[in-house]
Amino acid sequence: MPIFVYDNTFEGLLTCIFEAYSRKQFPNTIQPEGKQPENLFDDTIKIKSDSEKASRVWKGIQNKLSAKNKQLPYHAFLSEEEEIEIKILRFARRLFSEKENIETDFGDPDIMEIVQTSRKVKKEAMRMMQFVRFQQTKDGLYFCGIEPQYDVLPLVINHFQNRFADQNWLLYDLHRNYGAFWNKKTVEEVVLTSREMNRNTGQVSENVLNESDAFYQTLWKSYFENINIKERKNLRLQRQHMPRRFWKYLTEKQ
Amino acid sequence: MSKDRVQQKLTILADAAKYDVSCASSGSNRPNASKGIGSSVSCGICHSFTEDGRCVSLFKILMTNYCIYDCAYCINRRSNDRPRATFTVDEIVQLTIGFYRRNYIEGLFLSSGVIKSPDYTMERMVQVVRKLRLEEKFNGYIHMKTIPGASEELVSQAGLFADRLSVNIEIPTEPNLKKLAPEKNFPGIMTPMEQIRNSILTSKEERRKYRKAPTFAPAGQSTQLIVGATPETDRQIILLSSKLYQTQKLKRVYYSGYLPVNDYDKRLPAIDKPPLVRENRLYQSDWLMRFYRFRAEEILSDDQPFLDLEVDPKLGYALRNLHLYPIDVNTADYEMILRIPGVGVQSAQRIIQARRHRKLTFYHLKKIGVVLKRAKYFIKTNELPAALRSDLPPENLKRMLLAGSTSKRKKAQDTQLSLFANYQPALATLQLQH
Ligand code: SF4
Repeated sequence: MPIFVYDNTFEGLLTCIFEAYSRKQFPNTIQPEGKQPENLFDDTIKIKSDSEKASRVWKGIQNKLSAKNKQLPYHAFLSEEEEIEIKILRFARRLFSEKENIETDFGDPDIMEIVQTSRKVKKEAMRMMQFVRFQQTKDGLYFCGIEPQYDVLPLVINHFQNRFADQNWLLYDLHRNYGAFWNKKTVEEVVLTSREMNRNTGQVSENVLNESDAFYQTLWKSYFENINIKERKNLRLQRQHMPRRFWKYLTEKQ
Repeated sequence: MSKDRVQQKLTILADAAKYDVSCASSGSNRPNASKGIGSSVSCGICHSFTEDGRCVSLFKILMTNYCIYDCAYCINRRSNDRPRATFTVDEIVQLTIGFYRRNYIEGLFLSSGVIKSPDYTMERMVQVVRKLRLEEKFNGYIHMKTIPGASEELVSQAGLFADRLSVNIEIPTEPNLKKLAPEKNFPGIMTPMEQIRNSILTSKEERRKYRKAPTFAPAGQSTQLIVGATPETDRQIILLSSKLYQTQKLKRVYYSGYLPVNDYDKRLPAIDKPPLVRENRLYQSDWLMRFYRFRAEEILSDDQPFLDLEVDPKLGYALRNLHLYPIDVNTADYEMILRIPGVGVQSAQRIIQARRHRKLTFYHLKKIGVVLKRAKYFIKTNELPAALRSDLPPENLKRMLLAGSTSKRKKAQDTQLSLFANYQPALATLQLQH
C-alpha cells in the first residue's frame, strides 16, 4: 500500500482523499512533507494541493454531515496530531460509503477519536478566547502573543473580529510564528520580524508600550488580588481551569 | 482619573464585592450590531481564575461600600469600621472599557451598598449602565444587582440595559432574614423578583411579534443564598431553589458558603471555615435538577434533611434506590441513563446516539467517556453479567466506591463545573475560511 505525502495543509489533505478515490488506491499512511526520510521500499506518492479537487471533497463531506458537525474533520485536522490524516481519510470513507449518518457511531474508534480530537481543539480555541491579553502599543495596536497547543488561530478570528471591531488588534502564535492582524476592515495573515517583543512570553517591550497600558495592567493586577477570597484558597482548582502553560502570558500572573 | 486614587478605590471596592459569588456571564447573545465595542456569547467566558479557583468573567465591583443598612452577615454593614470608597459613574465606565478592550473581562457586574436611599443608589447604578450602552456603545455583558426597595421604574430601566438582573435572597427563610437583616423583608425581595420575571416574559412575547421590540434582561435573573449562616436544612434550600426555578423562572441560584466576616455578632454561628463541601453538594444537587431531570423531592427525603457530605447526591440517590439498578445501557431511557453514577450529560447523549449503530460494550462506554470505575456497579451491557452486587448493603457499596475514588487526578471541589459543558454555541458560528 502506498504512502501519500502532502503539503500539510487541510486543502492538501482533502486533495489526498480525492486522489485516493480517483486512483482507487487507498494509502495506509498520509504524511506531511519532510516529516520522515522517504523509505526506499515504500511506494511514496506526492500529492499536489489542488483547490478544485479539495473543494469537491469538502462539499461531499459537508453533504453527509449534520449541521452541528460540519467542521468536525477540519477541527480534528488542526490538532496536528500524528496520524490524524489517515483517520480523517477512514472517517470520510465511511461517510461516503454508508447511507446512514455515521458521525454518532462512537463505537468506531476512528469516529470517537475524531470527535474527541475536535473537542480538544475547540477547547483550546475557547482558551484563546479566555486567556488572550492585549497590550496596547504607542500606535494604538492591541497586541497579544500566545502559544496555543493546537493551531487554533483560524478558529478564533471571528470571535475577536466581532468583539473588537473598532480597534486594531494583532493575535500572534509565537510557536507557529504567524499572526492575524485586524485593521478594522479585514484580517490579514502576518509574520513578525520585530524585536519589540519577548518571543517567549509575548510581552511587548516597554519603549513601545502605551503609557495608559501600564496603568490598566496595574489596576487589573490589583483587582485580581483583591477579588480573591483567601479563606477559600484552592490552588488545584485554579490550575485545573487555568493550565500553568498560560500563566506566562497572563497580565495578572506577571 | 487620578491614578493612585482610582487604584485605592479599586482595591477597596473589589475586596468588598468579592462575596457575591454569582459571576457567570452566560445566557446572552448580544451581537456587536452598532459597530461599537463588544459582544456577548451565550456560553459565557471565564477570563481568569483566582487562587480560590473561582472564575473571573465579569469586572465585579461595588459602586460604593458605604451602606445605611446593618445586615449581620455582611462585611459592608454600617457598624463595621472599614475603609470606604465610592466610584464615580465615569470611573466605572472607563475601567470597564479599559479592561474589556484588553480582553480581561466579559463585561461588568455592578452591585452596591445602599447610600441615602435605595432609589438614590439604584439611579446612579442605572446611570453607569446607560452610559456604557448608549454613549460608549458597549455590547459586552452587564449583570446588575437590584437594590432591595428600589422603585419599579428604576428596575425597568435597569432591565433595558442589563443582560442579567439579580435580587439576592441571601437568607433562605423569612424569620431568619428578619433576625439577621432587620431592615430587609421578604416582600422587598420577592416584589422586584416578580416584576423582573413578568417583564422578561412580556418582552419575550413582544419580541416574538416585533423583532425590534426592546429586550429586557435577556440573560434572565439570578439570586444568591447564603448557606450555613442560619440553621436551614439542605432540603429546605433545595426545595426553595426548585420553587425559584419553576415559579420565578430564575436562570441560576447561587449558593455561597457562609464566611464568618463578623464573628463578633452573636446572632451568627461560630465557625472558622466556610462550609465548602456542603456548598459543593448543593451545587451538584442544583445540577441534578437543571440538567439531570431530578425533582427536588428525589434528592432529599423528609427523613433525610441534609446531603451526604461523603458522596455526591447522584450516587447517594443510587445507593438509596438500588432496586432501580443495574440499568441496561442498550435499552434504557435517556432519563434512566442520566441516573447512572459516572455518566454525565454528554456521555448519556452519546450513549443514546451510539447505540443506534451497534450494541455497546464496556469498551465502548469507556471510549465514550463514562467513568467506569464508578458506573460499573450500576450498569449492564450484553457481554458481561452486571457488576452490581445488590446483595451488598448500600453502606458496603458506598465504602467500596469511596475506596476506589482516590485517584491522583481527583478533581478539586468545583462549584462552576458546567461552565464549559455547553461551550459549543460560541464556536458553531466559526466558519472554515475556505
Ligand atoms: S444592604 Fe447589602 S451592602 Fe448593605 S449591609 Fe446589607 S447586605 Fe451589606
